[in-house]
Amino acid sequence: MKIGVPREIYAGEKRVATTPEVATQLIKLGFEVAVESNAGAAASYSDAAYQEAGCSVAATADEIWSDSDIILKVRGPEGDETGKLKSGQTLISFLYPAQNPELLQQLTERGVTAMAMDSVPRISRAQKVDALSSMANIAGYRAVIEAAQHFGRFFTGQITAAGKVPPAKVLIIGAGVAGLAAIGAAKSMGAIVRSFDTRPEVKEQIESMDAEFLMLDFEDEDGSGEGGYAKVMSDEFIKAEMELFAEQAKDVDIIITTALIPGKPAPLLITTEMVESMKDGSVVVDLAAEQGGNCELTQPEKVIKHGGVTIIGYTDMPSRLAAQSSQLYATNLRHLLTDLTPEKDGQINVDMEDEVFRGATVCINGETTWPPPAPKLSAAPPKKAPEPVAPPVEQKPRSFMGPAIGMVLAGLALLGLGAVAPASFMAHFTVFVLACFVGYMVIWNVTAALHTPLMSVTNAISSIIIIGALIQISSENEVIKWIAIGTVLITSVNIFGGFAVTRRMLEMFRK
Amino acid sequence: MFEVNEGIIQVSYIIATILFILALGGLSNQETARRGNWYGIVGMAIALIATILGDVTQAYPYLIVALLVGGTVGIVAARRVQMTQMPELVAILHSLVGLAAVAVGFANFMDPDRLTHYIGVELTIHDVETYLGILIGAVTFSGSVIAFGKLSGRIGGKPLTLPARHWLNLALLLGVIWYGYQFVGDSAAGGGIEALIIMTVISLLFGIHMVMAIGGADMPVVVSMLNSYSGWAASATGFMLGNDLLIVTGALVGSSGAILSYIMCRAMNRKFLAVIAGGFGTSEGTAAAGGEDQGEVAPIDPEETAGLLTSAREVMIIPGYGMAVAQAQHIVHEITQTLRDKGVNVRFGIHPVAGRMPGHMNVLLAEAKVPYDIVFEMDEINDDFPNVDVSIIIGANDIVNPSALTDPEGPIGGMPVLECWKGTTSIVLKRSMATGYAGVQNPLFFLDNTRMLFGDAKDTLDEVFKGL
Repeated sequence: MKIGVPREIYAGEKRVATTPEVATQLIKLGFEVAVESNAGAAASYSDAAYQEAGCSVAATADEIWSDSDIILKVRGPEGDETGKLKSGQTLISFLYPAQNPELLQQLTERGVTAMAMDSVPRISRAQKVDALSSMANIAGYRAVIEAAQHFGRFFTGQITAAGKVPPAKVLIIGAGVAGLAAIGAAKSMGAIVRSFDTRPEVKEQIESMDAEFLMLDFEDEDGSGEGGYAKVMSDEFIKAEMELFAEQAKDVDIIITTALIPGKPAPLLITTEMVESMKDGSVVVDLAAEQGGNCELTQPEKVIKHGGVTIIGYTDMPSRLAAQSSQLYATNLRHLLTDLTPEKDGQINVDMEDEVFRGATVCINGETTWPPPAPKLSAAPPKKAPEPVAPPVEQKPRSFMGPAIGMVLAGLALLGLGAVAPASFMAHFTVFVLACFVGYMVIWNVTAALHTPLMSVTNAISSIIIIGALIQISSENEVIKWIAIGTVLITSVNIFGGFAVTRRMLEMFRK
Repeated sequence: MFEVNEGIIQVSYIIATILFILALGGLSNQETARRGNWYGIVGMAIALIATILGDVTQAYPYLIVALLVGGTVGIVAARRVQMTQMPELVAILHSLVGLAAVAVGFANFMDPDRLTHYIGVELTIHDVETYLGILIGAVTFSGSVIAFGKLSGRIGGKPLTLPARHWLNLALLLGVIWYGYQFVGDSAAGGGIEALIIMTVISLLFGIHMVMAIGGADMPVVVSMLNSYSGWAASATGFMLGNDLLIVTGALVGSSGAILSYIMCRAMNRKFLAVIAGGFGTSEGTAAAGGEDQGEVAPIDPEETAGLLTSAREVMIIPGYGMAVAQAQHIVHEITQTLRDKGVNVRFGIHPVAGRMPGHMNVLLAEAKVPYDIVFEMDEINDDFPNVDVSIIIGANDIVNPSALTDPEGPIGGMPVLECWKGTTSIVLKRSMATGYAGVQNPLFFLDNTRMLFGDAKDTLDEVFKGL
């Protein structure tokens, strides 16, 4: 089948749905790949590079739309693009069906199979296809870069001959993929990073990035919703949360907000008042700008100044890192296509029984298949799931009576033996008991790695039984003599064989 | 010629004893192990020379021929044996000690001096010692032969569970005691050989039946138990002959084997008696619960595996019996080498009962020249798994089964296992989805972070290696 990659027509969109490197792998799956001329130019992928990778380059978008079986895009079709789609074609891109019902309807009517990269279910198996996470990661990183651009000072603290520079303090609200990426980026630039999230399960993740998790002094309320996303919190919780932010706003230099709740406008977290309480020169980066913004003052796609505070409302953070985001997005697409072509013959097969394909496919054969049945898996196991921790094994209070009775009986048996046995036997017996203890003490120290050599060497040593045969070998009795000779024969196999094989094994143990 | 008197023999024996203790002590770590083996060799040589010079008065030619022939056979066997066949060799060598104990016991019984030498209680004690020596020797012998057969695949590894086998064992034990009583009585009157022979036959049957009832994966316990028995047999013979060297050496070996058996049992969280009673996995009804559908497994191909390995920082390799079967230890070493050169920290996690013999995996890895300081015991590395990026499980099953921890009532409940599922990804190399020895389905295979790499371990690893 033929894959077509048109140039993105959305104003300012620099990303492209495939890169030369990924195209090579798509061709290996049996596809033909055609790219519109200059499709990758904004992301620094030249037409020549695509040609080198084996793609054909089409001069116009129309050629791509009319000749391809599969269209790969970043943004959903816009303007006349929708009209170019034909029945039987497959479109894979971001579609946001919830926000764009008309688009979904048009796609359905056109008989297109449309897969929305934003609707891939959040299950472990589908992580490699999860473009939202890939893009969020980039957005988080870029948010820090944008903040640094508008922030008039170092991130890292320094003591120089010209005086001391305190490190910047960064507050990151929402520790999802974007938030964690922002924590990582800010941390590596040397800032003091604090983070807040309504989901207690991310506390460990935040701390693992060496940032401070801001605890809310509030009785346990778990903000984890379905699919690992956050949910709407209670009023009291929000009140306590706002108090915390108000207090933090006075202290920190940079606030990066990433709080989103699926299918809802972004929660308002940073009020005008809080912005006004911030120090001059501070920066707020609102990654939720497209969904209305976490900050009251945010204007989508714009950078504004409110008093001394810069508020960044860019909605195209991934596009601002176009080469990187194109590469990750293209790889996500490739993983999806790899799973769609199990035979590697360039023929896709949308198996609606598969949870991943079912979730991503929003319409097929003239039928709308969105929304899919909700997946019920959270990224972190729900609390009730029993963790594979050693079960509380019943600690039976071990009665000391058992061992005590055993010891008393053993003692009595020994006494009884001592009462009847002759002195010669008792002498041997003493030696025997002591030797058992010596063996016990010595063997406990043997490392597990040497258990096999230990067995072969003890085996050789236990052939000391040959002494018995040697004592008997000089017997006058022919039968005894021959038995003894036979015994010497077999035990010597053991002695020589045991020591030799031990030696061979030990030679192999080298550092 | 230099006169070797009783005193010199005794001193030689004391020196030999000390050397034997040093030999076992030397085995406690790799640095001193080679020296330990030499102590053992020297000790044995001193004991042999002293006895030959002191006690042997004739039949020298036979003695020398026997020593030479036996020694040659032993050395050739030791040279030729494959490292994967070590458990078989150890088992067959144990059987020889058992056989020797039986032979020495019978020869001693036939010695006409016996009745003049010992009288009254002493004779009774001596007879009991003879009887015990032969009994333990015979059990060791037949048990080891069966163990050898099972380990080398000549006898099926499945436990043979006769109906009422516990009663059968009890009957055999009572028979042995009864004939022991008869023997002591008859022996004082100059007879007793019949009782002795019947007892030997019963003991041989007992040894066969005992090991037949034990399945393949319990073999580490069986081998170390037979190791222990061979020691007790030597010790009993020592009592019979009034020879302290035999008593001490036998006791050392006996307690050594007993401790090994204990360590193995603890590693499987099972009672020693339960292992010996045999028939594992057949009596517990809960084993069937493993058959239920647990979801889908996610396969992976060698190329992707190679990719995962190269991008990992911490890799843990968990070998099992499957690695021995596929003879995959060499390619494992090459992969390890390549990855370590690339800066990946590769380590090995060894479960105490992995394989068919205590320390089996260590020997195989050592043969492949894997340096021993990257090979770790379960207890040393089990806490590190959360930091491990990729765990490769090669032909192991029960020792990485999370249900050992989550299902305390299951057949392997409570057994300590390598908790590889706490790492980022586990790759399981397996020939098929068959269950492990315990017959329990392994939930590990169905976890989201587990990938299955099906096929013969050696072939697939070869391909992984090519991909690196």
